[in-house]
Amino acid sequence: MTKGITLEIPAKAEYLSLVRAVVVSAAGLDPAVEDQRIEDLRLAVSEATTNAIRAHANLGSDERITIRCGLGDDRIEVEVQDRGPGFNPEKLKELGSLNEPERLQYEGGFGIPLMRVLADEIQIDSADEGTTVQLVVYIPPSS
Amino acid sequence: MMLGITQKNKDGWVVLELSGEIDMATGPQLRQTIVQRVQEGDIRIILDLSGIDFVDSTGLGVLIGGLKRTRSHGGDLQCVGLTKPLKEMFKLTGLDAVLYTEDSKEDFHD
Repeated sequence: MTKGITLEIPAKAEYLSLVRAVVVSAAGLDPAVEDQRIEDLRLAVSEATTNAIRAHANLGSDERITIRCGLGDDRIEVEVQDRGPGFNPEKLKELGSLNEPERLQYEGGFGIPLMRVLADEIQIDSADEGTTVQLVVYIPPSS
Repeated sequence: MMLGITQKNKDGWVVLELSGEIDMATGPQLRQTIVQRVQEGDIRIILDLSGIDFVDSTGLGVLIGGLKRTRSHGGDLQCVGLTKPLKEMFKLTGLDAVLYTEDSKEDFHD
């Protein structure tokens, strides 16, 4: 990544809006990034940060959440790192696909499926000492 | 960003005009408003989302919860004024298949 910013926030929902604003501003630095892709990233990062805040709340942790946003020639990378108890992302698939009507019996569990749809690449590394979610959105070549 | 909620009545429906964002920070406020309305017997609710700039999965959960709550009492929850990004999200999550939506309040018919 040639340019980047790092943000550390308390694990509180009030900071979600700030995270979204910073990431949208950073992504908007490259005029080649389409508005729809910025919206995709905005939502995906919000989902990852929401999960991180929940992870800290479950643990009663006061540690901060780290959000790194990097802007490269062909991609935007955002990494959301928490120090929560970790989870197994594979187990979430049991809830089914997003667009199945039966899926709507559940009020939660949309976050990770949405991230998978919105980002061009997603990697989730989770262990007992925390979780790191990396989201990548491609930047189309300039014409 | 806060969530603004203005309540009105129209043709036997309670209209909640929303502005701002619906996420983990503001979702509980909307959930509580819907719960309170249903408890007071207002089981037909329209959410006017034309002033909403952003909804995440927590917000979707609140909408689904409201839909289930009103329908379990014999009512309904419907949405009007969806912006283009919101329409995309409803489609992406299948919410458009279960939640009645109209483009604007003017399009809404009982």
